[in-house]
Amino acid sequence: MKKITCIVCPKGCEMTVNQQNGKIIVTGNSCKRGEKFAVDEMLHPTRTLQSTVKTIYKQMPRISVKTNNVIPKDKIFKVMNEIAKVNVKNKLKNGDVIIKDVLNLGVDVISTVDMNLYIN
Amino acid sequence: MEQYDVGIIGSGPAGLAAAIEIEKNGLSQIIIERENRPGGILKQCIHDGFGLHRFKERLSGPEYAERFLTEVINKKIPIYKNTFVTEIKKDKDGFVLTLVNSDKSIFETHVKALILANGCRERTAKQVFIHGTRPSGVYTAGTAQYFVNISGYLPCKKCVILGSGDIGLIMARRLTLEGAEVCGVYEAKSMPSGLTRNIAQCLNDFDIPLHLSSTVTKIHGNERVEAVTVQKVDGHFNPIDGTEEVIECDGLILSVGLIPENELAKSLGVQMDYHTKGPIVNQRLMTNVKGVFSCGNALHVNDLVDYVSESAEIAARGAVKHIKKQDREEQINVLFDDSKFLYIVPQKINIKDLDEDIIFYFRSKEIVKDAVVKIKAGDVEIFKRKYPSIKPPEMECACLNIKDIDFSTENQITFEMKI
Ligand SMILES: Cc1cc2nc3c(=O)[nH]c(=O)nc-3n(C[C@H](O)[C@H](O)[C@H](O)COP(=O)(O)OP(=O)(O)OC[C@H]3O[C@@H](n4cnc5c(N)ncnc54)[C@H](O)[C@@H]3O)c2cc1C
Ligand code: SF4
Repeated sequence: MKKITCIVCPKGCEMTVNQQNGKIIVTGNSCKRGEKFAVDEMLHPTRTLQSTVKTIYKQMPRISVKTNNVIPKDKIFKVMNEIAKVNVKNKLKNGDVIIKDVLNLGVDVISTVDMNLYIN
Repeated sequence: MEQYDVGIIGSGPAGLAAAIEIEKNGLSQIIIERENRPGGILKQCIHDGFGLHRFKERLSGPEYAERFLTEVINKKIPIYKNTFVTEIKKDKDGFVLTLVNSDKSIFETHVKALILANGCRERTAKQVFIHGTRPSGVYTAGTAQYFVNISGYLPCKKCVILGSGDIGLIMARRLTLEGAEVCGVYEAKSMPSGLTRNIAQCLNDFDIPLHLSSTVTKIHGNERVEAVTVQKVDGHFNPIDGTEEVIECDGLILSVGLIPENELAKSLGVQMDYHTKGPIVNQRLMTNVKGVFSCGNALHVNDLVDYVSESAEIAARGAVKHIKKQDREEQINVLFDDSKFLYIVPQKINIKDLDEDIIFYFRSKEIVKDAVVKIKAGDVEIFKRKYPSIKPPEMECACLNIKDIDFSTENQITFEMKI
């Protein structure tokens, strides 16, 4: 038996996961998304990652970024190392790719801000 | 003097949403923002989880703000940036704002209605009792967040977090990701004040311990934080002798709560609610000073930005009605048992101005399972809903359909909670 807090929405349902005859049984979830999260969490936990990267612009020395899909939980710090190497040299829009297919995970690191709205 | 129908103070998610709603109604307006970038606190909230209700997407703070900011820019709604409001004076048909910025130095603007969307501020070290001097290395969680996410500067290498508010939890994760060591989160209460999901994804994911019924009682170090003493507390929050533990660190991050920013409101004579620490308002979110509206975190501290935007739109529609002089007034109080509820907003109902369903925002005082919340007008039940689980950190809503309800000054509105 394992207790898992669902992090899919702010409700944060506290779920219990039991394994019976190789089947995963989830209780305590208020919706289907919780069940999927619990099963994933048992088999291959993933997270989306948000961070910031350096830029060359004085008015905006950092911009916010995220992975455009989930990455394995145990790759979080490895992806952070890649993010630390970046220095943005042009004005990016929201969704622009900053690192394509980071660490061959099939996921891109993208900008979450439109720099043109803030820098003239 | 410049003249506008509406003046909006603050360009966070509340100010921006209010502006878009005012624009839909064709009134003139000006947004006043003291910082050089609009977007409010969301600029530094780079984590996701914003906008789940409104957009059914998990957006980061900057993305959520941008959806509104782009519209404000496209509609050419004017924003005075880097501009401070130094004084607000009431005159016969509105308010005279004295503004200061570097382009125009000191100038005056007249508005017919005012929307206060100026957010909240963090409680600081001054408001919590800790022994020792105040060396550098003591930051509020929001300040630490600004340093890391906006300036790109790591304020400490090894820290202790005092208080389990959401910003503190989010910063525990953020500092860990950036390579700092977070020794633990210490919370004087016996339950965490942040959302359960943040305990899970910010602390548990990174094996950061949460110490409940514990606090920081001393800061060591003269110029820079060198260590802190943590201690267990009893049921009355008094430190228990013999439980002291000294933790070496170079930073103490405070996440001990937010309070609505209400200096401007007070200067106008707006009455405050000691439960919310924000203004007392009616369902249009208008304060006792006619023409002054409050929304977002300036009204009460919200945990979800979706409700911030919603409240701003309600306030904006209220301002439109006020300017069109369609608002007659006869107000009744909304009463509640403060052993069950922390607060309820709005605190008053204007029964002469009923053409929209009324949205109530409330928080319970305790964690309650299977609570039934009822609203009564006099003795008559006008709303009933079952909430499977309500907790103080999670604000709840009740949308009251006003059709067929007999609102009158004889019938006070009361909130009840049955467990
Ligand atoms: C650190 C943090 C983390 C959060 N995390 C989440 C989350 O994960 N999910 C979620 O949904 N919500 C979250 N929230 C809540 C949500 O972001 C806030 O409730 C929301 O930003 C409040 O919006 P606002 O417009 O009322 O205030 P703010 O965003 O604070 O904006 C107020 C604006 O007013 C300006 N201002 C203030 N005083 C003056 C003045 N006198 N003159 C001119 N301008 C002035 C300020 O500069 C600021 O730009 C978080 C909040 C904080 C603080
Ligand atoms: S189970 Fe559903 S309702 Fe509960 S937290 Fe997860 S997504 Fe939200």
